Amino acid sequence: MTGWLARLREAPVSAWIGILLILAYAAVAIFAPLLAPFPETAIVGPQYHPWAAPHLLGTDALGRDVLSRLVWGARNTVGIALVTTMLAFLIGTIMGFLAATVGGRVDAVSSRAVDVLMAIPSLIFALLILTITGTSILALILVIAVLDSTRVFRLSRAVAQGIIPLDYIEVARMRGESLFWIIRREILPNAAAPLIAEFGLRFCFVFLFIAALSFLGLGLQPPTADWGSMVRESAKLIAFANFASWQTATFGLAPLLPAGAVALLTVAVNLVVDWILTVASGLKE
Amino acid sequence: MAWDGNDDSAPLLEIRGLCVSGRSDRRWHEIVRNVDLVLRRGEVVGLIGESGAGKSTLGLAAMGYTKAGCRIDRGSIRFDGQELVGAPREVLRRLRGARIAYVAQSAAAAFNPAYRLISQYCEGPVRHGRTSRRQAEADAITLYREMRLPDPEEIGFRYPHQVSGGQLQRAMTAMAMSCRPDLIIFDEPTTALDVTTQIEVLAAIRAIVRDHRTAAIYITHDLAVVAQMADRIKVLLRGEEVEEADTRAMIAAPRKDYTKSLWAVRDFRRAPAPVPSLRGEVPLLALHGVSARYGTLPVLSDIDLTVRRGRTLAVVGESGSGKSTTARVIMGLLTPCRGTIDFDGQPLPPACRDRPRGLQRRMQMIHQMPDTALNPRHRIRDVIGRPLEFFLGLRGRAKERRIRELLDQIELEPDRFIDRLPAELSGGQKQRVCIARALAAEPDFIICDEVTSALDQLVAEGILRLLDRLQREMGLTYMFITHDLATVRSIADEVVVMLGGRIVEQGPKDDVLAPPHHRYTELLLSSVPEMDPDWLDRRLAARGGSAGR
Repeated sequence: MTGWLARLREAPVSAWIGILLILAYAAVAIFAPLLAPFPETAIVGPQYHPWAAPHLLGTDALGRDVLSRLVWGARNTVGIALVTTMLAFLIGTIMGFLAATVGGRVDAVSSRAVDVLMAIPSLIFALLILTITGTSILALILVIAVLDSTRVFRLSRAVAQGIIPLDYIEVARMRGESLFWIIRREILPNAAAPLIAEFGLRFCFVFLFIAALSFLGLGLQPPTADWGSMVRESAKLIAFANFASWQTATFGLAPLLPAGAVALLTVAVNLVVDWILTVASGLKE
Repeated sequence: MAWDGNDDSAPLLEIRGLCVSGRSDRRWHEIVRNVDLVLRRGEVVGLIGESGAGKSTLGLAAMGYTKAGCRIDRGSIRFDGQELVGAPREVLRRLRGARIAYVAQSAAAAFNPAYRLISQYCEGPVRHGRTSRRQAEADAITLYREMRLPDPEEIGFRYPHQVSGGQLQRAMTAMAMSCRPDLIIFDEPTTALDVTTQIEVLAAIRAIVRDHRTAAIYITHDLAVVAQMADRIKVLLRGEEVEEADTRAMIAAPRKDYTKSLWAVRDFRRAPAPVPSLRGEVPLLALHGVSARYGTLPVLSDIDLTVRRGRTLAVVGESGSGKSTTARVIMGLLTPCRGTIDFDGQPLPPACRDRPRGLQRRMQMIHQMPDTALNPRHRIRDVIGRPLEFFLGLRGRAKERRIRELLDQIELEPDRFIDRLPAELSGGQKQRVCIARALAAEPDFIICDEVTSALDQLVAEGILRLLDRLQREMGLTYMFITHDLATVRSIADEVVVMLGGRIVEQGPKDDVLAPPHHRYTELLLSSVPEMDPDWLDRRLAARGGSAGR
């Protein structure tokens, strides 16, 4: 750990920008109740209030404060995406490493199962399942995690297969080490770099996937604030906005705010991931 | 000799005061320091030294090239009157491949696996506008014949994976000759080959270089090889020149101490172990009629061998002869399809996961490549500590003390090395750590699988001396797998010669290595280069006579 702290001091500017942005998002998500000027779901003003105090980013079609909903949306959208990605990685890496290490029938069965899951377009598959199970947050997390774990499975299996023929795995096997120990101590540290990179990427995909599902009405359900459904609700405003004056133009910018929040976090995560990857793989500048 | 050295014209290559440095750990380190090298047309100069001596860097610099992360600091490199340091890229591009060519150590890695050999051959001459593709192909066939490749008309149309390592290395040399360059740089072209293959490649390279009067820089760490190939030898140590002299003069009387130490390496002989005369003694390890296969491919047939307590059994043979497979069968990594293995008088379960922990502890193996045998993410403390914890249940203070003892035993200072990662060690140090890891289990029997073949001679000798000392101190039993007969001579008590998955000859070392030999043993023995510059000529003459070629 001390090694990472030392490297943090030498991190390039881009990584620092990414870290600061992620910390800012995290702070917003954690301190949402303190930061949001108004409640998440309460109607607090007139409909489509322009950007002026007390509603600095205006109000939406029902008269809810947009700034407050953005702040609460950070907690919902980012939190759920994070939990989902971690779950996907837990399932995917464990299965992938097992398939690669044990091989044989375990590998054949799990790989074919993954092939079947991957053969179905994931958005359609998710829509199908969520229609059956209903759109609870738990169902959402489980469905997306399982679907995404297939990608993680493929990656971790391929990475582990590159490590397993090496002599140090043979040494551990000759010593009689358990499967768990070999996976945790010999394979995982060496597979970490590509997995971390994939985590950053996967997190963004999950994030966008939830936003897409919300946009289609099967993600987080109203009145919960989340960025995907905020984009959907306000998307049509672009067509109605009057760009003649700034006051009226703000009204049309409403869908860009949650979309921008999604985009900025995606960029920030990838800046950090790039840097971690450079450090972990020992690449020279 | 063909080399008269009477060519008094201006030198072909003249390197003066060359300094090259490379960047690592955010600092510039000098790799080559103030080296001069002069090469006349048709002359072969050998560069020798251990790894890190700057041989390859100097060889590449002769093409005006440095590896990524390196730069030429000072000095001049003149090739046929043309200054290469700071020369425009276009000038260098016209020279490289056309007038200066390069033959890499691993031909398997240097060929593009997606193209046929002959397409890669034609690339140079066609690119440089020398010939048409058709002419280049005809020319390739001529050179393949000169390189004594089998089926010269056909072999070029194969892909790199369809020909053997030795053939690939010869095809690579033919490719370097394609534009009839004035200078070829050979970077350890035979290091990765078996002795029996090496001799053919050496003969072919030497013949073609002489016939075309091509100058060459021959880089190697094998003194006996350089003695066959070079007119002059330059010895490098940590980027600096130690000395330079004509081959015969250098071999007869090296001037500097470092050169003498290089020459003396081959003289290591361990003190002969007292022969235990116990008739009824149970051998530590015995294989009875063991056969094994990979899938349906038989790799071992009917192996019978015994290893006696406290002795060293050397297993020799070329690659593919089944040496390492025998080790894998003994260690339980490959289950034999027939036969039994007894360890200390008890039958050994065939698969290593079925063996009790005590048995796993008593047998250890040291691998050929220390780079892949150590997990790059584990510190030395964990590498050595794990078997202590796993087999002996040592923890905390006791474990720490034992790790330090083991580091002392393998002659690595505990305080400096205990917290390092494998990447922060040299090849020899890594191999020492692998030895310590095997010793940590307090074994009776250690299999050493080509433990010195990835190392320089000086370092390898250090490892052999260490293993010998440990054997005497701890009464260890070794099975030593090697293709290097010099190693066999220095450490073995008994020898097993393998060929094609069978044992062709076995017995005490002095019986196997003294005539009369089995035909294959004879071939192996006669293929080991000697320090005599006339060795290759004599060997080829003898073979030509006996084979009627």
